[in-house]
Amino acid sequence: MLEFILERGNYWAIIGLMMIGLYTLFAATNLIKRLVGLSIFQTSIILFYISLSRIDGGTAPILYGKDAKSHGGGHGEEAAASHAADATHAAPDAAQNAVDAAHGAASHGMEHVYSNPLPHVLMLTAIVVGVATLAVGLAIVVRIREAYGTIESDEIREMDLDVALAEYAEDHPGEANPA
Amino acid sequence: MTGYEGANLAIALINVVLLGLLFVSAIAIARMRSLFAIVMLSGIYSLISATWFVALDAVDVAFTEAAVGAGISTALLLGAMLLTSRTAKPEKGKSTIIPLFVVIATGCMLVYATIDLPAFGDPDSPANTYVGTDYIERTPQEIGVPNIVTAVLASYRGFDTLGEVGVVFSAALAVILLLGFGERSLSATIGRKKGGRDG
Amino acid sequence: MSQKTDHHVILRVVAKPLIPIIALFAFYVQFHGDYSPGGGFQAGVILAVAVILYSLIFGITPAMRAVPPVFTRSLAAIGFLLYGGVGVWALLMGGNYLDYDALFNEPPGGHDGQHYGILLIELGVLLAVAGSMLSIFYAFAGRVTEIKDEDW
Repeated sequence: MLEFILERGNYWAIIGLMMIGLYTLFAATNLIKRLVGLSIFQTSIILFYISLSRIDGGTAPILYGKDAKSHGGGHGEEAAASHAADATHAAPDAAQNAVDAAHGAASHGMEHVYSNPLPHVLMLTAIVVGVATLAVGLAIVVRIREAYGTIESDEIREMDLDVALAEYAEDHPGEANPA
Repeated sequence: MTGYEGANLAIALINVVLLGLLFVSAIAIARMRSLFAIVMLSGIYSLISATWFVALDAVDVAFTEAAVGAGISTALLLGAMLLTSRTAKPEKGKSTIIPLFVVIATGCMLVYATIDLPAFGDPDSPANTYVGTDYIERTPQEIGVPNIVTAVLASYRGFDTLGEVGVVFSAALAVILLLGFGERSLSATIGRKKGGRDG
Repeated sequence: MSQKTDHHVILRVVAKPLIPIIALFAFYVQFHGDYSPGGGFQAGVILAVAVILYSLIFGITPAMRAVPPVFTRSLAAIGFLLYGGVGVWALLMGGNYLDYDALFNEPPGGHDGQHYGILLIELGVLLAVAGSMLSIFYAFAGRVTEIKDEDW
């Protein structure tokens, strides 16, 4: 039971953070505070993805040691040049070797354990897109401030309602107020 | 299932401390009324989560979060705050009950869903077995770049990244459409009137 | 963003040598993205941060004179076009869109196409992100502030 809780404690903590962000988003009337709540929500989802990608005993997904050298990855230029030279001498042979190497890697794996790089890539771009959307949201908030003189959503709603009622009274003279 | 026994105690301790700090700053943001303090705390929140990304072996994500989340977003939030207001209205007691109820219900459902999730750090979980390990194994032969994240970002998923760059570019366009080029202050101080060039 | 920087002497003295180092670090992050954490996104943001720091300390007008807004928005467009252009280059060489192996028509096993392809598209990302972020910052900072400095 304790082990079960320890294995999932991270997820629960992240869900707690997510809910605090969601609460700020719902309860705050100030639009900038709402956007901050939205970014807390977004950051906790990123935390969730990254904790799913972690592997016990793993390391950052940057090849090092034998993994980088033996496959000609480490220092690009010389390795690539020697590969190219091999290929021109005996092209079919080299291609066969590459296929063999690929099979070998798939069967006995790498020297070190690396954490899963795919969620890292997706979340990296999500962070940058997140700041771009935050900027658009803030720009809209600035325009709302210039148009209404306030950034509290309940005040904006009241002003909109007043305008709508005034327009209705103008279009239908003599009728009772719908509100 | 490897279980939690193998995990390093130090890492577990770091996780607890950093998560505690994240909780403190998130609750402070939810309760604060001064927008300046909220913006600064959101920068701190980003920085702490960047530290936690390092502990979770996601160095590239940590780097991005530190530069983007703690740097640019804080600057943009401050700029927007200067143009709008400095304090938020306090939430009325009545209007916080429904959000609280909705949030607690959603949280309980999500916690219930985590029962089916693989354990934290499980190497055999579905997320960590198929395509992720494939990228790790094929990068040395096919791309020849040590940083697997760069290889996946720029080469295997080049289309994705092209789309992201397009999103950032169009966000800049949208902000320019909404706020103008920002050359008003420049032309005002230099004394060179630019007429209707900025919106 | 304040025009009165008289009482910020220490800030100015500290920031002046720091700004070129930040810009240099951006290029280090950019060109070591293959071997260490980093890449175009991070480098672009750090490069933008160098200019933003300059404008926070010395005022928005000198920053706009040093890095004009028209330059930043063209930079964003050039970066995006550079990224797309690498894909078109691969198309012209007979490969698929953004297939870097086709760039130099190498025999299998060669990594030159991948290396140069990644280098070029990361450069595109750098330019696009730095240009976009600076354009966004200028759009916010260039608006006339309603809150006076004394109110703080």
